This record gives sequence, structure tokens and C-alpha cells, in this order.
Amino acid sequence: MLVYVLRRLVVTIPVLIAATFFTFVLVDVSGDPLQELRFAVPPVPEETIQARAEQLYLDRPTIERYWLWLTGVGNTRGDIGILQGKWGPSTQGAMDIGQEISERFIITLRLVGAATLFALGLAVVTGVISAVKQYSITDNVLTFFGFLGLAMPTFWLAALIKEAGIWANQNLGTNFATIGATSPLYYRMEGWEAFMDVVLHLVLPTLTLMLTGYAAISRYQRASMLEVLNSDYIRLARAKGLRNRVVMRRHALRTALIPVVTLAALTVSAALTGAVITETVFRWRGLGTFLTQSIAEYDAFAVMAFLVISGVLVVGANLVADLLYGVLDPRIRYD
Amino acid sequence: MTELERPDVGLEAGQTLAPRSAEAITTEERTQLQMIVKRFLRHKVAVASLVMFVLIVLFAFAGPLVWKYDHTINRQIPSDQPPSWDHPFGTTRAGQDVMGQVMRGTQQTLKVGFLVALLATGIGATWGAIAGFYRGRVDAIMMRIVDVIIVIPILVVVLVLAGFTRGTTWFSVALIIGLFGWTSTARVVRGMVLSLREQEFVEASRAMGAGDGRIIFRHLLPNTAGVIIVDATLVIASAILVEAALSFLGFGIQIPDTSLGLLIQNAQTAVFTRPWLFYIPGFFVILIVLTINFIGDGLRDALDPRQQMVRR
Repeated sequence: MLVYVLRRLVVTIPVLIAATFFTFVLVDVSGDPLQELRFAVPPVPEETIQARAEQLYLDRPTIERYWLWLTGVGNTRGDIGILQGKWGPSTQGAMDIGQEISERFIITLRLVGAATLFALGLAVVTGVISAVKQYSITDNVLTFFGFLGLAMPTFWLAALIKEAGIWANQNLGTNFATIGATSPLYYRMEGWEAFMDVVLHLVLPTLTLMLTGYAAISRYQRASMLEVLNSDYIRLARAKGLRNRVVMRRHALRTALIPVVTLAALTVSAALTGAVITETVFRWRGLGTFLTQSIAEYDAFAVMAFLVISGVLVVGANLVADLLYGVLDPRIRYD
Repeated sequence: MTELERPDVGLEAGQTLAPRSAEAITTEERTQLQMIVKRFLRHKVAVASLVMFVLIVLFAFAGPLVWKYDHTINRQIPSDQPPSWDHPFGTTRAGQDVMGQVMRGTQQTLKVGFLVALLATGIGATWGAIAGFYRGRVDAIMMRIVDVIIVIPILVVVLVLAGFTRGTTWFSVALIIGLFGWTSTARVVRGMVLSLREQEFVEASRAMGAGDGRIIFRHLLPNTAGVIIVDATLVIASAILVEAALSFLGFGIQIPDTSLGLLIQNAQTAVFTRPWLFYIPGFFVILIVLTINFIGDGLRDALDPRQQMVRR
């Protein structure tokens, strides 16, 4: 299995490199980060602009900049080269991309992790109920809500949930946080208090991402469960006189989960995309807002940092999904 | 020996016998299209959705010709009015008629959706068919390219490119989404072509001297049409959501033009104070995507030849 994992990783490396190169060229041609300096009033001296360009490695051709970003090998000041763990200089003042990313990564991971977990749980439960009670009222209601979730724009739902949270806080005495990932005084908190602060800030954004993310998986879970329930071996299991619970859990659900596991990996990347929007609405200082801010500032190295993090997350999720196949389906072997 | 009764004795060449009454009932001839339409009509929610969708299209494209206000600021329009007879969807603070805005926004949103569907299914189907047909190295390279595009979250590409083309119109937004939204179509079509290419009719057409291009475009792709059509509905739905998200983040269609996403963005803080600004555009996005999804669901059932005529 280790060999399989290694082989998979080797295959994904060229894909990641191609993806980063492509994005790098895109960001590079998308605009000039020094535009503001060039057209500043009063004018900025030419030497200052030149110095800034050199500091950002803008005086070199795109291909060379990408090479520098990737390896850091060449004539540099030692602040660049992702393979050496250096993220490169930022156009956004004196921001240290590595430090900024590591702070924000934890914040976004909380959101994406919680949302994926709850979305999957909800999807499996509703999908199975829908399949077992096919064409019943429960099924129709769940199907309708599934389609509604698919049709809901993330930001609309986010704004709605945010406002509903504010309303609940004012009228029901609840204490949901609607702005930020933590309170301003979070750094002073400890233990239980800090934990509760994080949880209260998580509730509404997680609810948003969960509701927009679960619907698609739930539809698949229903279809896959239906197919299994109509198969011969389930009939056989029943004919043997096994209890319904055993048939459902051990025979049906386990098989029906296999196609859904693939989707689980896609959920992670969808949740990352959704996080960009959710973080904007709830004003989180996470990776999502980091991305939109970096794009607005033509900050190529910062956009690349986001891409590397999200790429690794998506590739990792896919790998975990593939390994889970083996757990669920004994016919699959990795050798 | 009795003579066997031959019903066609005494008939002129080309003349056929009228079917007996029993046969006439069971063997009603239907063309493929008739069967598809009949199966689609059986899916009530899909039919209702289709009607609704046509109404929305009319509202968006014919509405502005009839309605007295457009989406721009008009001095005659009172500020901040809740819905009334004069302004069924209310007005904005700056003095715009929300119904005019929603018409225009829906129009732009639908245009984006359709163009993206055209581009994405066109590119995706061709890409997937070629990869699946040639297999081997061609397939490996083409599908790795698909992998590369999948690794990059679509929002990143779209945001960067939309930043590149600042002062964005519906056309450039659609172009960007379409050029990067075809990967799932390519994967689905490739999977189908991989199995279709092994079937006898491909061998037959090759024996008759058909070239690769003819086989791909005349024989393989038409056989995936059902899947492509269903996929196109999903592409439209997701394109509309992506467009709305882009406008919301400020990288999509720009003022003075408008789109449903932009309208919601402007109304974000007005949920309680001026709810009509927030709920109506959001309701339209949901309605469009919902109806398209249901139409796709109905088409999936209708186009599937294994489906029985009887719907359980």
C-alpha cells in the first residue's frame, strides 16, 4: 500500500507543477502590481519603482520568475523558492506570505473540516432514508430540500444565515458570532473559554457551507443505495433470514458508500471554493479572503501560496478517498 | 390437404394489408422523439419546471420591451419604496425600479448560462471523445490536462482572469467560465466513448471506409447526446451560480450593467430594513437553477432508453 501511495504522489507532482505554472502565468499577465506606484500623484522617483521591481523579481522574465518561485536556485536574496519552504516576496507592503498563510490556514481548516464532516454525515443519513423509503412523503420532502440546496447561491444563503443569527441574538438571547473567526480578545482566552469562542464563531459559517454542500452527495447516496437495495445479494441476505438492521448496515450501506467516497474528495475542493465566499460574508481572516485580497493586489506569489495549499489539500483528500475504497470494498487491492 | 391461408395472396406489389384489430392496438408506431416527449411529459415536476423556465425567459427578454422602467437610475422613481402597484418589486435608495433591475439581471444571468453551456459542452464533448477514441498516450496526456484544470479551483482561475479583464461584460464572464468549466463533461463523455468504441457499429463504419473524424463526430458523439444534454443542464445551473458568486465578489459584471449576483451583493445589509432588495433577486436565482435542475432530471429519465414507458 505504501508503494501505491508513493506512486500516486509521484503522478500528482507533474499535475501540481503544471497547475502552478499555468496559474503563475495567468496572474503574471493579469496586471501590473506597480501600476499604483507608476501613476502615483505626486510622482514616485524612477529609482524607487526600479528598486521595488527588483525586490519583487519583476525585472526578470516570467519563466525565470516561475523557476525562482519553484526552486529558489539562481541569483536571489534567499527569500524565494517554494521547494526550500520560502514563499517569495509579497506586493502587499511588508506582508510575510508564509506567516500570513500559516495563521489563516488553521482558521480556514476549521471551517472546511467542520463543513465537510457535517455535510457528509447529513448527506449519508438523508440519502439512505430517501432510498429506503423511496417515493414516500419523507423521500419527496428530502429530495425537494436537496434540490433547493443545489440551487441556493452560497453567498445568498450566507447573508441570510448571518442576518438570521443576528435576529436570533437580539430576540432569542442566543450568542452566535457573526463577524470574524474569533473574538478580538481571543488571544487572551484559555481552555474552555477559547474553545467555546471558536465554536460560536464556527456555527453559522459551517451551517452555510454544510447546507450548500450536502445536497449533491445526498442525491448520489440515494441513487447508489437504491441500486444496492435492488440487487440480488440483498435479496439473498433477506432470504437467509438476517435481521433488517444487519442487512442494511453490513450488506447495503457498506457497498452503497463506495461511490460516495469519491464525492467526499470533491466536497473538500467545493468547500474551499465555498469558503472564499463564506469568509467574505462573515468577515473571516482566512485563506479565502487572503485569495481575493491577493488577486486584487496582483500579488502573484500570494495567489500561488493559496494554490499550493488548496492543491495539496485536494490531492490529499483524493488520496484518502482512494485508500478508503480499499477499506469499504475488499475486492480492491493496492499492490 | 387444406391449403394454408396466405393473407397476402392477391395483393398488388407494394400494397399492404390492414393490420388486424388486435395488432393495431399493441403496435402503435412511435418515433424516437415521440417516445422521448411522452416520457418527459410523464415527469410532472419537470414539465412544470419547463413552463416556469419559459416564463422566466420571457420575463427576462420580452419584459424589458413592455415594462416602463429599466435598470438605470430614474429621477421620477421614488427612493426606497416597498413593493406597490407602480413598482411591484419595490425601488432602491438611488431610485431604480427593482423589477426593471431584476429583468435585466435575469437576462444577463441567462445569457451567461447559455453561452457557458454551449462552450463547455462543445469543448468537453470533443475533448472527451477524442481522448476516449484514441486511448493510450493521447488519452493520458489529454486527461492529465483535465486533472491540471481540476486541481486549480475554478474560482481562482475565474477571479484572476476576471481581474485581468476589468470592466467585465456578460460576454467575457461567460467566456472565462466556459473555457474552464468543461472538465466534468469531458470525463463523462470519455467514459462513454471508451465503451462505445468497442461496439460493432464502429467496426462496421470503419469497414465501410469511414475515417477517425467521421467515426468520432458522426457515430460516437451522437450516441452520447443524451448524457451531454443532461450534463448541459447541470453546466448551466452551476455557471449561473458561479457568475452570481463572481458578481458578488466584485469580479463579475460591473455597474452600470447589472446581474442577479450584483443585486444581491448591493442588498446584503438590507435583509431586515428593505427585504425586497435581498429576497427577490435571490429568489430568482434559486428559481432559475431549481427549474433547470428539474428539467435536467426529467430529460435524464426521458432520454434513457432503458426507462420503461410506465413511471412508477
